[in-house]
Amino acid sequence: MTDAPALRLRLEDLTKRFGTHVAVDAVNLELEAGEFFCLLGPSGCGKSTLLRLIAGFEIPSSGRVRLGDQDLTALPPHRRPVNMMVQSYALFPHMSVAGNVGYGLKGLGRTAASARVAELLRLVQLEGFAERRPDTLSGGQRQRVALARALAREPKLLLLDEPLGALDRGLREETQAELRAVQRRLGTAFVVVTHDPEEAMMLADRIGVMERGRLAQVGPAAELYRRPASRFVAGLLGDVNLIPGRLGPAEAGDSRAVQTPHGPVRAAATALPEGATVVVAVRPENLIVGTEGLPVTIADAIFLGDRLRRTLRLPDGTLLRSSGRPDDENAPAGSETRAGFAAADAVILPA
Amino acid sequence: MRVKAPRRPLFDRLARLPPFLWLTAFFLLPFVITLKISLSEPATAIPPYLPVLDWQGGLDGWSSFLESLNLDNYATLAADTLYRDAALGSLGYALVASLILVALGTPLAYALARAPSRWQPLLVALVVVPFWTSFLIRIYAWIAILKPEGLLNLILRRLGLITEPLIILNTDAAVIIGLVYAYLPFMVLPLYAVMNRLDPALREAAADLGASPTRVFWTVTLPLSLPGIAAGAGLCFIPMVGEFVIPDLLGGSETLMLGRVLWSEFFSNRDWPLASAVAVLILAIIIGPVVLFRDSLRAGEEGRP
Repeated sequence: MTDAPALRLRLEDLTKRFGTHVAVDAVNLELEAGEFFCLLGPSGCGKSTLLRLIAGFEIPSSGRVRLGDQDLTALPPHRRPVNMMVQSYALFPHMSVAGNVGYGLKGLGRTAASARVAELLRLVQLEGFAERRPDTLSGGQRQRVALARALAREPKLLLLDEPLGALDRGLREETQAELRAVQRRLGTAFVVVTHDPEEAMMLADRIGVMERGRLAQVGPAAELYRRPASRFVAGLLGDVNLIPGRLGPAEAGDSRAVQTPHGPVRAAATALPEGATVVVAVRPENLIVGTEGLPVTIADAIFLGDRLRRTLRLPDGTLLRSSGRPDDENAPAGSETRAGFAAADAVILPA
Repeated sequence: MRVKAPRRPLFDRLARLPPFLWLTAFFLLPFVITLKISLSEPATAIPPYLPVLDWQGGLDGWSSFLESLNLDNYATLAADTLYRDAALGSLGYALVASLILVALGTPLAYALARAPSRWQPLLVALVVVPFWTSFLIRIYAWIAILKPEGLLNLILRRLGLITEPLIILNTDAAVIIGLVYAYLPFMVLPLYAVMNRLDPALREAAADLGASPTRVFWTVTLPLSLPGIAAGAGLCFIPMVGEFVIPDLLGGSETLMLGRVLWSEFFSNRDWPLASAVAVLILAIIIGPVVLFRDSLRAGEEGRP
């Protein structure tokens, strides 16, 4: 790799409209050099469009794309020090594996280019496949050819649009680990687009959750999981119980009271005003079945080996899920009990 | 017990029949008749050749009929350089016109395929629009354009580019212009169909890897369009070899093409057997390219993902 100074990607108020539809809405984002960043969101949230804006395949309606102190906004794709790999891989069917991987190495001499191709094929463990045609390769092999091809020009930034989307499940987990290892080894900044929260958590240093063209929240996986900023983010990253209520008065300390129809609860402090309609978000593993908290009926209890999953019914019929230690069998199905949680494990979100 | 293979539904089997019936009735039978006439001798009679099969003569009639057939007409074709020159001429004109068609049709088809998708149906329709006018009238129109006092010379003179009229009509150039004009849609449409189906992600991948738009075209779009180029070139080359109207109307007296020779043998000399032999010769010449064309199509398909 070139010892270029650390280059940061900066997106400034990046907006893309298609007609009246706003696909990407005023996105601001700063990426550290060498960071593994993941754009997570449901299909149609604008994450792929955002990636294509960075690669240069779409021209932004407004805003800028900067890499280090270079402004990429007006550059066509073939002039950007950025490479992209797409879900379909888009391998050239009329070229060999070596032809595909070496396609971007036109500037290099013949010998330098073929040495680089060999190096890249070694990196993705495809030595011996140089002369094969893409249509004779398996899905996983094709994925690795696409990765090697995208890395050939030593991009400052690699964009990957659903890079594992076309692989089956077992292969995907293996490839996630490989992708992570390659990224660590090269130190190139990666931006991966995915709709799979588990994949995002597995791969990325930081995750940016996109919702209807906007960046809803950016942060490390643990932060997004424990301190989601909205119901959308909370629900996207895993199972969550949402208990509606009304926010109590502001108070000193790091917790705050919420009045629910079934009784008062406490959750982590928030800046929302008193009296606001809110939901308290609690992960199933943080919901403790015992002597304190809201009155519930155990609707169902399923032993899953490593945990005990229970469905709890609040007096108004709302169902909650808890996931506890498997030996916690003091409340069998049908019994009435209470469910509570530590204030620090619950988040108050606008309803 | 052996499991019986499921029978193909009757409809499926019947559905395969029409093409065979069609080809038998409108290609194979006429060809057999043509072949038979080409082995006959000209005669001042109706029909103007001998022998004529005597259907009442039974087996003897058949055997005497078969005995009187001969290859004399083919010997004439081989002996007279006129026919060889006409065959070479036909191939030459068709080849030159095909090459020009590829050179013109490729950028045209590419422009069509890259046009905004809402414009494409209209643009494709425009390629086909000339077919609404009679082929004969369109070729006649070229006479008016190409003749010494015609439209082209008029414009060139007004622009001050020439002082003397260019002699184009009744030359080889006029024949080539006519062939290229008449067959361009047959080149453009199959090529457009192939180019339109190319995955845009491939072009984007090439651009992403630093290829300029020109390099993307030469290294990705064009190689992947070769099946379309082969289809278009074959579709044009084959009928151009037997073309009669264009060389007759636009060509000069020295323009030698098999279609013209066939016409004059048939209508001017009333030598049906020799004309039939020329027809068989044209078919033989065309089968070669058809086989090549089929192989290149197959190769093209193998190159696809």
